[in-house]
Amino acid sequence: MTAFLLRRLIQAAAVVLVMSLLVFLGVFAVGDPVEILISPEADQFERERAIKALGLDLPLWRQYLVFLGNALQGDLGRSFVFNEPALKLILERMPATLELAIGATLAALIIGLPLGLYAGLRPNSAMSKGIMATSILGFSLPTFWVGLMLIMVFAVQLGWLPSTGRGETVTILGMRWSFLTRDGIAHLIMPALNLALFKISLVIRLTRAGVRETMLMDYVKFARAKGLSPARVTFVHVFKNILIPVVTVVGLEFGGTIAFSVVTESVFAWPGMGKLIIDSINVLDRPVMVAYLMMIVLLFITINLLVDITYSLLDPRVRLESKS
Amino acid sequence: MSTTIAAAPPVPKVETPLQRFVSEFVASRIALFGLVVFLAIVAIAVLAPWIAPQNPYDLAQLDIMDGRMEPGTVGGAGFTYWLGTDDQGRDMLSGIMYGLRISLMVGAGSAIIACLVGASLGMLAAYAGGRTDSLIMRLVDLQLSFPAILAALMILAFLGKGILNVVFALVIVEWAYYARTVRGSALVERRREYIEAAQCLALPTRRIIFRHLLPNCLPPLIVVGTMQVARAIALEATLSFLGLGVPITEPSLGLLISNGYEYMLSGKYWISFYPGIALLVTIVSINLVGDQLRDVLNPRLKK
Repeated sequence: MTAFLLRRLIQAAAVVLVMSLLVFLGVFAVGDPVEILISPEADQFERERAIKALGLDLPLWRQYLVFLGNALQGDLGRSFVFNEPALKLILERMPATLELAIGATLAALIIGLPLGLYAGLRPNSAMSKGIMATSILGFSLPTFWVGLMLIMVFAVQLGWLPSTGRGETVTILGMRWSFLTRDGIAHLIMPALNLALFKISLVIRLTRAGVRETMLMDYVKFARAKGLSPARVTFVHVFKNILIPVVTVVGLEFGGTIAFSVVTESVFAWPGMGKLIIDSINVLDRPVMVAYLMMIVLLFITINLLVDITYSLLDPRVRLESKS
Repeated sequence: MSTTIAAAPPVPKVETPLQRFVSEFVASRIALFGLVVFLAIVAIAVLAPWIAPQNPYDLAQLDIMDGRMEPGTVGGAGFTYWLGTDDQGRDMLSGIMYGLRISLMVGAGSAIIACLVGASLGMLAAYAGGRTDSLIMRLVDLQLSFPAILAALMILAFLGKGILNVVFALVIVEWAYYARTVRGSALVERRREYIEAAQCLALPTRRIIFRHLLPNCLPPLIVVGTMQVARAIALEATLSFLGLGVPITEPSLGLLISNGYEYMLSGKYWISFYPGIALLVTIVSINLVGDQLRDVLNPRLKK
């Protein structure tokens, strides 16, 4: 197990290294690094000084080592726009994104599980067919457009929910959260539902497939033959067993949800990491872009690593395979 | 003795694979409907310069006085704006027709290039095996573990806006799907007898790959390709909505929707609403066709 873990960690580190090289080359090789990293308002003297200070007179491989060294110390440059460390800016906005992503995940489970269960138990009813047809829409609908339509109906026409922003926040552990205030929840509902759209469809389909498969299992037939009530068979014998794969997939999707929140945050002007990166791209605030990209790479590699380790704990074959 | 000539047994109708494919495809009414709608959309996009009431790119035809008119209003130019106008007095119906051209072009173009790149690499991985295979598949894994929207976002952030840049970004995020699909089916097909036979005949490798292996890997590739066109169109719309996709001079559907965003809060819904419907219908119709193709072309579902 230790050897397996070590191998996985080394692999993850290698991927981080490769991605950092790609990001580095993306910023430094595609455009002129002087243009990119030094504010265009700087005069000639300032430019020279900045080039020296940033080490842009060094050969490319030395520059990469410097970039890597700084990155390891948590220094990913300063934002041109906010004149603050890029990493700090991103970390400040992380709670908002996490809140949105967690809200969306919960919404997907709360809405998707019962619908999927129903569609799986009564596959031929009209209602189930309606649920499945709607779930196809969930995969096909462009998320950002649905977000706009939600704003149009619930904020502009009906005026039930606020259209944009995060609302009132409460500070806990030095981070601002909005899910603890009434106003914050009202602001959270639409973006979270919008982000959950794709996942709701996914959960419905997974649950339905799982239910249909499990209903044919011997232990379910046995439970029925024993004379257990249908409710008990459904919720104890069937539901508990399909919960594991569904939760696994939804957990795996979490990284994707954070990535896709870029779109939802832009639609609802939700002040999270995604909104920050889009704004940064539009004003060419490259240090923030680099910092965001590195954070996301790190996040994805951590998620993949955790999944691999969990699988190997659950399924010894994975561990043994890597040994041989 | 009367000889009655027994009626000849009915000759079983011999269906060519193509006929069987067509008859199986049209068995699903909804897929057929999807195909008809999709072809209609393609026709509208292709014929846009002749059937659109207005050329939305020709600034001389636009009347700023007609800006943000409600659907159904008769404009200064004398014709009715059935779907209203945007902030610059552009007829939304014409805008959507021309926008469809950009969206379909980018979607189909990127899918074709990604298919060529991905299928070649997948085939190479399957045929060469060993180190080449593991290197290519590592790249595929890396690509697939990273969400498409983010990868495309970063590429466009570095390259800037532009139709060609969008196509490039979409190719980068899509090739891996094709590579994985082709490699998977090529690995299975390679062990079949007909490939062995071809190898025994000492046919050149190139001929074996292109004439024997590739045609048999096509069905899954077609299915993936159809779905990827829909995905590419949706992704392009999303990128354009975020302001990172196509330039403002040639608005795709996503950019039209984005233009209407600020007016929606004041109740002028049509600028965003109708392009979205066009986008939705396009994506759904492609997905319906793709779904049926998957069922028809999947040998596991055959009796």
